[in-house]
Amino acid sequence: MNLAYYPGCALHGSSNDYEQSLRACLETLDVQLKEIDDWICCGATAAHSLNQKLAIALPARNLALAEDEGYQQMLAPCPMCSMQLLKARKALVEDEALRRRMSEIVELEVRGDTQVLNLIQVFEAIGLDRLKAAVKAPLGSICAACYYGCLLTRPASVAEFDDCEQPRSMEKILEALGGKTVDWNYRTECCGAGMTMANEQTVLDLSHKILSNAAAHGANCLVVACPMCHVNLDMKQPAIERHYGVRHEMPIYYLSDVVGLALGFKPEALGIDRHFVCSADPAPGGVSTSDAGPARRGTGATGKV
Amino acid sequence: MKSENVVLNSSSVVPLVESLAHTRICDCYQCGKCTAGCPMAAGMDIPPTRLIRLLQLGHADRALQAQAIWQCVSCQTCATRCPKSVDCAGVMDALRQLSAERGVATPKQQRTMLFQKAFLKNIRRNGRLNELELIGEFKFSTFLHDRSLSFLFKDATLAPELMKRKKFHLVGEKAHNRAVVARIFARCMDNSPS
Repeated sequence: MNLAYYPGCALHGSSNDYEQSLRACLETLDVQLKEIDDWICCGATAAHSLNQKLAIALPARNLALAEDEGYQQMLAPCPMCSMQLLKARKALVEDEALRRRMSEIVELEVRGDTQVLNLIQVFEAIGLDRLKAAVKAPLGSICAACYYGCLLTRPASVAEFDDCEQPRSMEKILEALGGKTVDWNYRTECCGAGMTMANEQTVLDLSHKILSNAAAHGANCLVVACPMCHVNLDMKQPAIERHYGVRHEMPIYYLSDVVGLALGFKPEALGIDRHFVCSADPAPGGVSTSDAGPARRGTGATGKV
Repeated sequence: MKSENVVLNSSSVVPLVESLAHTRICDCYQCGKCTAGCPMAAGMDIPPTRLIRLLQLGHADRALQAQAIWQCVSCQTCATRCPKSVDCAGVMDALRQLSAERGVATPKQQRTMLFQKAFLKNIRRNGRLNELELIGEFKFSTFLHDRSLSFLFKDATLAPELMKRKKFHLVGEKAHNRAVVARIFARCMDNSPS
């Protein structure tokens, strides 16, 4: 499979561990990624909060660049980016006048015919059977709360992916890799998103609820497919623990981390040792049992998970 | 909020919100599903259902000054669950844009607006986000606004932690063709709805 690749700013910045693990997985699974030449930021929440025209134009430029390179499909592993790209694509396809105007604004003809995929969809396209066949280290000790957050499935009319209230696509992948998953209540609740800097309390409150609910349902880790969710749940977890006076000690894995572990990669090869919750105090042995509740801090940095 | 405190002509705002959000405010029949699913509603001064009602009744000035529009985390739950397909999250975006452009955003939520403004300034200049620059610029603009030293230095201890994990880059990436990015911004900033 050949895909255009739109990393977005996060995966080339503070979420470069996500890029490390997804590149490792996809290379092993014969998916070739071609990074879009001279891509620009999608504008994220800032653009759609302050300038609706810019919120279409910035992703439109990236769609046009991918189209120019002749790709039918592009991977945007960050749900913020993929949602902005999908929204722009939908608007351009539905409104010919807008499409022409945007082509002038971004100085490239944009058609909107490149399909935008999130990382889960790429794993689905590879196929659960192929994933299963490639497993070298089944995820026997993983009991994951799969966390989708907001933009993978919402708004449903744009995302057109999975069930927006009860998504199951990540669970199916985890189970194909030999892992267990839990039923829990916060799988599509918001973690606080881009409020991390400007309104930290929002992130502490919302992410605390997510971590607490996952633990209460017996999960020993969370699996996410979003760099922003990872920042709020992993990097901010010590701040959440200080604020609420609790110990969550809940490892947060990217979907590509757990796929990579099942494919036989060492945690360091996937960047798991660079997570906040998993990187301190590495203890040998990893997560012991699936019903042991929240894992100890640092378990992710060891060989067995 | 005083109703006589009309900072702009409300009757012109609602069509503008509808045009920016591509949705029809009058379609809302006040079922409250948006507020029921909103993760921020409990702390909002005016929850989503009432914001829409204010617009229906022509009190756009009060909606534009609501803290709620800057507390919204854009999770899209309201828009997804609306039985009348009102894009409530899109209305929030439109209200934020108009509130920022007209300088009527509530003083209590300035940090969130300053963050979004610093973000756009950063990508306008670099084509891609430089996180370190963004944090510096955001903190500086916030300090000018509220003179809070504790907020200025808050999170400073995270920097070495991020560097230790090779997650922080002193020199961020830039797009090569930054001139085209600047032109795209200039063309989009002419204040007319797309």
